[in-house]
Amino acid sequence: MSEPVALKLTAKDFKSDQEVRWCPGCGDYAILAAVQGFMPELNIPRENIVFVSGIGCSSRFPYYMNTYGMHSIHGRAPAIATGLSVSRPDLSVWVVTGDGDALSIGGNHLIHALRRNVNLKILLFNNRIYGLTKGQYSPTSEVGKITKSTPAGSADAPFNPLSLALGAEATFVARTIDSDRKHLQSVLRAAAQHSGSAFVEIYQNCNIFNDGAFDQLKEPATRDDHLIRLEHGQPITFGSTGQFCVVHPPGGFGLEVRETASTPADEIVVHDATVTDPAYAFALSRLPGLDLRNTPIGVFRAVDRPSYDSVVQEQVANARAKVTETPQQQLAGLLAGGDTWTIL
Amino acid sequence: MTKQIRQLDRVVIRFAGDSGDGMQLTGDRFTSETAQLGNDISTLPNFPAEIRAPAGTLPGVSSFQVHFADYDILTPGDAPNVLVAMNPAALKANLADLPRGADIIVNTDEFTRRNLAKVGYTTSPLDDDSLTGYVVHPVALTSMTVGALAEHEVSKKDAERAKNMFALGLLSWMYSRPYESTLRFLERKFAARPELVAANVAAFRAGWNFGETTDSFSVRYEVKPAKMQPGTYRNITGNAALSLGLVAAGVRSGLPVFLGAYPITPASDILHELSKHKRFGVVTMQAEDEIAAVGAALGASYGGSLGVTTTSGPGVALKSETISLAVALELPLVIVDVQRAGPSTGMPTKTEQADLNMALYGRHGEAPVAVLAPKSPADCFDAALEAARIALTYRTPVLLLSDNYVANGSEPWLLPDVESLPDLRVEFATAPNGEDGTFLPYLRDPETLARPWAVPGTPGLEHRIGGLEKADKTGDISYDPANHDFMVRTRAARIETIPVPDVEVEDPDGDARVLVLGWGSTYGPIGAACRGLRQRGLSVAQAHLRHLAPMPANLGEVLRAYDRVVIPEMNLGQLAHVIRAKYLVDAIGYNQVRGLPFTAVELETMLEEVLKNV
Repeated sequence: MSEPVALKLTAKDFKSDQEVRWCPGCGDYAILAAVQGFMPELNIPRENIVFVSGIGCSSRFPYYMNTYGMHSIHGRAPAIATGLSVSRPDLSVWVVTGDGDALSIGGNHLIHALRRNVNLKILLFNNRIYGLTKGQYSPTSEVGKITKSTPAGSADAPFNPLSLALGAEATFVARTIDSDRKHLQSVLRAAAQHSGSAFVEIYQNCNIFNDGAFDQLKEPATRDDHLIRLEHGQPITFGSTGQFCVVHPPGGFGLEVRETASTPADEIVVHDATVTDPAYAFALSRLPGLDLRNTPIGVFRAVDRPSYDSVVQEQVANARAKVTETPQQQLAGLLAGGDTWTIL
Repeated sequence: MTKQIRQLDRVVIRFAGDSGDGMQLTGDRFTSETAQLGNDISTLPNFPAEIRAPAGTLPGVSSFQVHFADYDILTPGDAPNVLVAMNPAALKANLADLPRGADIIVNTDEFTRRNLAKVGYTTSPLDDDSLTGYVVHPVALTSMTVGALAEHEVSKKDAERAKNMFALGLLSWMYSRPYESTLRFLERKFAARPELVAANVAAFRAGWNFGETTDSFSVRYEVKPAKMQPGTYRNITGNAALSLGLVAAGVRSGLPVFLGAYPITPASDILHELSKHKRFGVVTMQAEDEIAAVGAALGASYGGSLGVTTTSGPGVALKSETISLAVALELPLVIVDVQRAGPSTGMPTKTEQADLNMALYGRHGEAPVAVLAPKSPADCFDAALEAARIALTYRTPVLLLSDNYVANGSEPWLLPDVESLPDLRVEFATAPNGEDGTFLPYLRDPETLARPWAVPGTPGLEHRIGGLEKADKTGDISYDPANHDFMVRTRAARIETIPVPDVEVEDPDGDARVLVLGWGSTYGPIGAACRGLRQRGLSVAQAHLRHLAPMPANLGEVLRAYDRVVIPEMNLGQLAHVIRAKYLVDAIGYNQVRGLPFTAVELETMLEEVLKNV
């Protein structure tokens, strides 16, 4: 196989002629710029890239990408993208969704796309609020959240999106933050390289209805003590001076945070995203509470499993490989199948 | 003894038994033998929704009716001439449908006190006078089958289960059917267990020989082949014909067929059938729900496949939002609704035509789609091709309204010449269509009003589409009032101007004053009723709609040419409502929602009344 020709695309090539219409200061701008900046790296012709979205602020995303794109129905993007991806394995198909779109109205399609391992790159912009409908609580809002629809505080327990994805046995699960362009792009890179479903949660700030939701992970004064930057093959330590670490206490099911100074080095968990059992990544996803302390970002899990697309296409290819007739002859044979009789 | 042989022109047989007795299979095999002989055929299976309702009870009765004749027939027959009753429940459930003088073959082994009590018989109807007026043939089917298989290496249970083959053998003898296809079928079906092939063949032969030797059956019947158009035929159900039509649409368009489906009665057989045809490039996906099924189909259409989704009424309700998106996106999509009795779960194995309103109007906003309906099992093949033709040519969702009656019923199908099937090839957009080299995804073909189908992977045509209202030509998001008004009217005109064939009127006498208008699966019973009236010297005209949206251009003129228009429907008057509103014609509805097709007799009686009063 010859080396692919370098397309020499730039971020500008991925900007559509449409005026971007998110609220000034929205985290979506940073994500859009990061994605447009990353796309040339794929070295995939623009015509072979498709962005499919549902409904919500984030779902306007496809209009701003100079690729093929579809702004579809609330919650249904993973289903529509599945049909596209399975029937067109030559395409690079990306799904852009939000916490309401993916986890509330579209929860069913999300988990089924993940369990099937459809070759989709799913970017979930999580701002823990409904933006486009002007400020109702979402399925990732914290318990007790006061919003327009919950004046006495939300009574709903929220989803942890990564735990949910891991429960569906997603083969690639990662988290990143809108404001950290470098990290965001590194996660996109890993997602793009993954064959099968890649699920990426992006913490995204809604400065109108839920401003500052992730501030403690962003502010220089606090972020280092809360963010756990996962790196494959590295011991999991964090804190401004590396004072915290993650261990697997004997007898327990999960992972816990300890002080590094009082922990023997060989007890510190070394991150391995390729662990087959989703229990490890699940334990990682349970480290932070809703207060965002001890929040891991990076690739939690990246394991190999045949994609749904490849299995389906292989079945078709195997069936077609045995065919020696023209399609018209084949059809004539099919129609005349079963018991026939002839009247002269 | 020498048996008398009597010629008949037509016979209706109903096989009835417990849902575990294999009556559908028995009926199916008898039908296949009959087809081999060259009779015209029409069949009607009737079974409960429960896979195995409690044995021996009335709700557990499953039946299969086959009508065959030496002339062309239109329905599975109103009343059976012969009932095969495998147990007391089957007798009780079907007796009311039998005319006096009909033959009843009963499996006496099942007429035990316990089984009789289960269905409320205090004394056996075989022993009292309740079957006076019928010709009853008591046959110890089970014990004779077990006896015939005494030397076979099969369990008692397997031996008893072969009793349906004994019954088939007996009926095959009685009606002089060629049985080679059944023997071949048994070899295929039990290929992995040769002892069962031998046992079932032996049971079949025992039944045949019993007929030949017993005094209980003194007459053997013959029904001569029908005069049918020359050609090669096969017997086919509506669901099978519809599946083959979709495969054919893939071949004739050169596009891969993508089926997204969620299991639902009575449509699942289409999913089963299409999943076997991967060698045609057909991809089937059993989705997580009805919404995902249509979503995936639409996604595949966007990528250049012929996207199809198959379901029944409750599924269409769930798909409605996505069908509206397909209206806005102007992409091809075929939605098959195999209608069943509703609302809600209703009677899932029984037929009805009550989804017409939903098909025509059941979406939010002004969201017109093309709607058509097959008139018979074999017609499902052509209707599927026509649905695909409209979807592909006009880039629109098309709703194909089958129903349980045509889906599971069967009739002989004259195999078409593949080369004569419609050419469905389409052209994808390959180059910019705007001045200055831009691509305008909503610039329409002036003739079809279809927009370009520009599939991902085409360089230079990258564009975005979505559910938001689009500006004419550019497809950009638009909230402009005049543009929205224009786009809504254009989407309506797009459907309204699809050319469809004129409706044909059958009025052999040429002086009819009453027109019977139908759509979908009522074609057979209406046709048989009209024939009955004409045979008695009465004039009546029949017209049948395949296209319900848009309607044929000549329909208004046709309707106004008659003093009375009668519309029989298995709903409460949905087509009649449309006809009255659209054409200001004072149509009379004749409506039944019993989960069963109309009988020709009831329609004939009703029409006779109408004729009297014109």
